[in-house]
Amino acid sequence: MRKYEIRLSGSGGQGLLLAGIILAEAAIEDGLNAVQTQSYGPEARGGASKSEVIISEDIIDFPKVRNCDILLSLTQKSYEQYNDNLKDDGILIIDSSVNVNTSSNSKIFSIPMLDAASKILGKPMVTNIIAIGALVALTEAVSKEALTRAVLKRVPKGTEELNKKALELGYEIAGKAII
Amino acid sequence: MPSPLIESYFRSENLPQIWCPGCGHGIITRAIAVAIEKSGLDRDKICIVSGIGCSSRAPGYLDFNTLHTTHGRALAFATGIKLANPELKVIVITGDGDCTAIGGNHLIHACRRNIGLTTIVYNNNIYGMTGGQYSPTTPKFDKGTTAPYGNIDKAFDICNLAASAGATYVGRATSYHTNLLISLVLNALKNDGFSLIEAISGCPTYYGRKNKKGSAVNMLEWQKDNAVNISSASKMAPEMLEGKFLIGELKNSPEPEYASEYQKIIDKVMKER
Amino acid sequence: MTNSFKLMQGNEACVEGAIAAGMKFYAGYPITPSTEIAELCSEKLPVVGGKFIQMEDEIAGMAAVIGASLTGQKSMTATSGPGFSLKQENIGYASYAEIPCVIVNVQRGGPSTGQPTSPSQGDVMQARWGTHGDHPIIAICPSSVKETFDLTIRAFNLSEKYRIPVILLMDEVVGHMREKIELPDIADIEIIDRKRPNCDSDEYLPYKAEADLVPLMADFGAGYRYHVTGLAHDETGFPSNSYEVADKLIRRLMNKIEIHKDDIITWEEENIDDADVLIIAFGGVARSAKAAIKQLRENGIKVGLFRPITIWPFPQERLRELADKVKVMIVVEMNLGQLILEVQRICNNIVKIDGVNKVNGEIIYPEEIVTKVLEVI
Repeated sequence: MRKYEIRLSGSGGQGLLLAGIILAEAAIEDGLNAVQTQSYGPEARGGASKSEVIISEDIIDFPKVRNCDILLSLTQKSYEQYNDNLKDDGILIIDSSVNVNTSSNSKIFSIPMLDAASKILGKPMVTNIIAIGALVALTEAVSKEALTRAVLKRVPKGTEELNKKALELGYEIAGKAII
Repeated sequence: MPSPLIESYFRSENLPQIWCPGCGHGIITRAIAVAIEKSGLDRDKICIVSGIGCSSRAPGYLDFNTLHTTHGRALAFATGIKLANPELKVIVITGDGDCTAIGGNHLIHACRRNIGLTTIVYNNNIYGMTGGQYSPTTPKFDKGTTAPYGNIDKAFDICNLAASAGATYVGRATSYHTNLLISLVLNALKNDGFSLIEAISGCPTYYGRKNKKGSAVNMLEWQKDNAVNISSASKMAPEMLEGKFLIGELKNSPEPEYASEYQKIIDKVMKER
Repeated sequence: MTNSFKLMQGNEACVEGAIAAGMKFYAGYPITPSTEIAELCSEKLPVVGGKFIQMEDEIAGMAAVIGASLTGQKSMTATSGPGFSLKQENIGYASYAEIPCVIVNVQRGGPSTGQPTSPSQGDVMQARWGTHGDHPIIAICPSSVKETFDLTIRAFNLSEKYRIPVILLMDEVVGHMREKIELPDIADIEIIDRKRPNCDSDEYLPYKAEADLVPLMADFGAGYRYHVTGLAHDETGFPSNSYEVADKLIRRLMNKIEIHKDDIITWEEENIDDADVLIIAFGGVARSAKAAIKQLRENGIKVGLFRPITIWPFPQERLRELADKVKVMIVVEMNLGQLILEVQRICNNIVKIDGVNKVNGEIIYPEEIVTKVLEVI
């Protein structure tokens, strides 16, 4: 049975809530069940925030991540705060700026997602789309077609081309990820 | 035998009312009924809403859609009625404590929104229903059962408060100046937005007795002697106005009414769909 | 591939349900974690010709909802713990004056400002006894996004049918969670409206109960000029100082709900037939219980779930029957033991009763329930 427990972490304002919603909607497009939750502090921007998505063929009872299959961390602070229940054989996807000190067997992919957004596309606000592109490229948690449709459904009108580019860029840099 | 006005606009089966002999509230309530009669409004479309206190018992005696709510909240209940059905003419009867102490926040926001409510504040400078405690309009140094040594709070000027907060029609009269009161209430009913009429009332039982103001007649005489109509105030020297209070139409500056502004939003979004 | 399923947040499902139920008026004040409900009502109500108003405070929000309901409009407000406390006086007014309305409380950690963004179920007793005096109330608790949609409609229906304020007692878990939902066809939804009089206006007695103990309710402005008060009142609606009238009124209000318990009370049972251990959980935490039961069943432990959907009035008759079938009851709740008081009242000395409780602002994990079950069997 297919089941993914995914945690997206970063700093408030990086758009990870939206990224989680997009992943969950893509899963539903794929005919799967999905639950998305988040937790946040009082800050609207900054701090450490997380958005969780559980994708499953089965009914999802408990809505929070317990045994994390996939952890995405865009910042050092969020990595440190939210890496606790990554499975031993889980997948860790970090921005290149994050330093990881782990003895677990989890697969670690270090990807310059923040740089790609600001330096290649010149739009830091699409980091979240690059990140889910990379995440899906590496894990196949949802289909690329469903993900593309879900992204286009959720992003602001007039930004569709930019976001499509961001998604492609995510796929591309995931392929060159440093393990 | 009740008069034709009483017969027509009062629930005579509920009379006599509970107010003390000499209380000004009956006079004010009659003035409201006369103003409604003169307005020609459809009585089935009139709602009278009140809070808690002596004044707030008035709606029970008046034959309209009447709502006696919780202490201080009449304006908030009335806001719900008016916005939900703007066809209704909503009148709020409240007192100095109900309206400016526990309900003070609702007052300033109802004024600010300019929602179509006609508010009549029966101001007797005291909490009568609970037995004579000082209110936000008890004059400084006057006594109440909770101010045995004199009240050190500064009193609110309800009309200034309402006008500053955005009420578009404001006036003041007394239980002595009933013809003025009737005409002010009538004008207030004609204003689409938020109107406030302060009706100075006399409480011989508590405020009067605590502060040695004499009989009910003495208290009416005090109203007569100390009220200055705004039309003559400008011609008077400042020292002549000392200790006096203004009556008459204090503000009349119509602005768009809240419920009709909201209707514009509905029309706009429904058209866009 | 496209399908009719969509991802929806619990708070959004509440608004969709309310609009499907015929809500035409919302008044409220912003408070986490219920704010999305106000935001969505402000967007969606004008589209259906309804009205939204952000009031100056929580008390005013409740008051405006009662006023609007008196004009015949289905009305709702939403809040969370501190705001729910502020609304209580007027909720009592609605209960006593029999004004239909729906109050959503998306519970958060308390008391006081507490943990605004964290889940809790600390308002179980506030939902029942928050206002002063004996009074009837109905409180229902959804545990999924779809159920939030369904129960919001049910809250309006019960409220209209019995002229009573109905509390939709949500929690932050369900309110903020997004999950897959398929909305039903509007035509398939049962909608109940209050019964209105059609007699002559001079024959109308606004508080004379019908056979079902519910009086007919005229809209303000419909030509029946009547009086509504929070004072003890007789059938005419006018205040009365009679002891007999006051007594008769409160007893009728309580009986009005008591005699319709079978219609009002609902619950869910899962794996009950052979269960030795019965887990009692509601709202978001029932999902933890379901996950725990799966885990325990895989290990051969006979555990079942009793999930009250209506928590007030509490499904006491069914729970009493189950007490004879199981050996242990475990009440799982995000508070230090509120619903367990009700379970103890009903089942004490019949079965062993234990609790899993948590008040740190985190949902109860299935593992915590598993641990407790293994400890007590």
